[in-house]
Amino acid sequence: MTRSNKENYSSGSWYPSELELARQKIRSQQAKKRIVIATLSSVFVLGSLVIFVISSPGWELFKQTYLDIDYGLEVLPIVARGITTNIRLTIIASILITILALLLALARTSKAAALTPFRILATVYVDVFRGVPLLLVILLVGFGIPALGIKGLTGNVLILGTIAVVLTYSAYVAEVFRSGILSIHPSQRAAARSLGLTQAQAMRYVILPQAVKRVIPPLLNDLVALIKDTGLVSILGVIDAVRAAQIQTSKTFNYTPYLVAAILFLMITIPLTRFTDRALQKSIAEQNSQGTT
Amino acid sequence: MKPVLFVQKVRKSFGENVVLGEVSIEVPEHSATVLIGASGSGKSTLLRCINLLEQIDDGAIYLDQEEITSPLVDVDKARMRMGIVFQSFNLFPHMRVIDNITLAPIKVHKIKKEQAREEAKILLDKFGLLDKAEEFPDRLSGGQQQRVAIIRSIATHPRALLLDEITSALDPVLVNEVLESIKELKKEGMTMIIATHEMSFARLVADEVCFLEKGSIAERGSAAQVLENPQDSRTKEFLRRVIAK
Repeated sequence: MTRSNKENYSSGSWYPSELELARQKIRSQQAKKRIVIATLSSVFVLGSLVIFVISSPGWELFKQTYLDIDYGLEVLPIVARGITTNIRLTIIASILITILALLLALARTSKAAALTPFRILATVYVDVFRGVPLLLVILLVGFGIPALGIKGLTGNVLILGTIAVVLTYSAYVAEVFRSGILSIHPSQRAAARSLGLTQAQAMRYVILPQAVKRVIPPLLNDLVALIKDTGLVSILGVIDAVRAAQIQTSKTFNYTPYLVAAILFLMITIPLTRFTDRALQKSIAEQNSQGTT
Repeated sequence: MKPVLFVQKVRKSFGENVVLGEVSIEVPEHSATVLIGASGSGKSTLLRCINLLEQIDDGAIYLDQEEITSPLVDVDKARMRMGIVFQSFNLFPHMRVIDNITLAPIKVHKIKKEQAREEAKILLDKFGLLDKAEEFPDRLSGGQQQRVAIIRSIATHPRALLLDEITSALDPVLVNEVLESIKELKKEGMTMIIATHEMSFARLVADEVCFLEKGSIAERGSAAQVLENPQDSRTKEFLRRVIAK
């Protein structure tokens, strides 16, 4: 709209009427007024929040134990090395989760008689691992599996932690995939089947590609949650960002390392959440445009 | 001549609701049978039963003398020999036009990709859509989408084509381009069953017209007989209402 107006201006074929000029003047006045109000209210609310915190009785002590910038810079390399563990764990786990979750979702949505035991197993699996807190799964796997005495699995807490995270998250992600599969209109399956495609071919070439595309925003959401939850494996003794910060803190009883770890997590998660928002908006726009044709 | 499609005393009900009661149709090779009747008269259900998308309650359906409603028949193999076009197009939105058309030839009929694309392009050209080959379906008008759906269903060289009110979801100005495509197919000798509300179109392509009323065929005959000179009072009433519209 606005562009075509500008083009008309430059082409000289149309000049706004007195009435339109008067309206534009009022609109620009209204816009200015809105900016003034937004600024004043932001300064007032945020300013009083800052004053409230700073004037609290423990502020000086809080500043010393949480906001020691020199100490923060000193521990930064150590905590940063810890967060590479979180990143590695996230990358490996997200690949395994995607594969396992896809298999679970396909097992749960399949109707083939031969797959009945897998359908039952997948349903039980999803129910169990969605219902148990991740921390408990990490503890059970971390201390339970070594008791089995299987070679190579006894000592490595990082592998055990990864297994625990994969077990829980694949249950969640499987449900995301399944809801995507179920959201594809039955007429798509009918069209595919009427062309002679088998159930499996209809799933592989017609339903799954559309379903996966549709669930990308919620999957990115789960990825953000996964990055944060990798911090929980520190309870097994894995030296990740959380554990590294904890070790530094216990040496000095200064809590700044925790804040450093939090900032490092935010540096990864905030860009990702922005990206997720964009992907979601794009996906909604696409689905709306499909609805109109 | 032996019929390509033979529907024998087919019954179908959804719960208490009897949608088809003992419907029989014979479609000889190269001929077109047109189903007319009000919405809910069973036209779509009959086509879905023939395409084995619905399981019939009784009777039998034969394709080239083979009973395809037998539980021993491989449903996928039977469907490979029929094409169906739906009211709502049902193109695959994530695939380009050409990939929509070549999916079944490549994956089901095991034709080489290059050859399938060549054949698809010949069909697209014939229907005036060659320049849309690489577009996604949502970039096309409704009439263009429906013509792509028609091409998709004939790309596998079906023995019979089922058309389920293929112009009902289209703007009046787009209806003609779709109907022209069907007339072309009829000229080439495609065996068809057509459910439609377009009476003038029915008159042009039908070798036989069947008027369905509450799941049974109330009147059947040539287009001239049924549409110009109906005998059954229900057919007369239906045609009067359609023409008044």
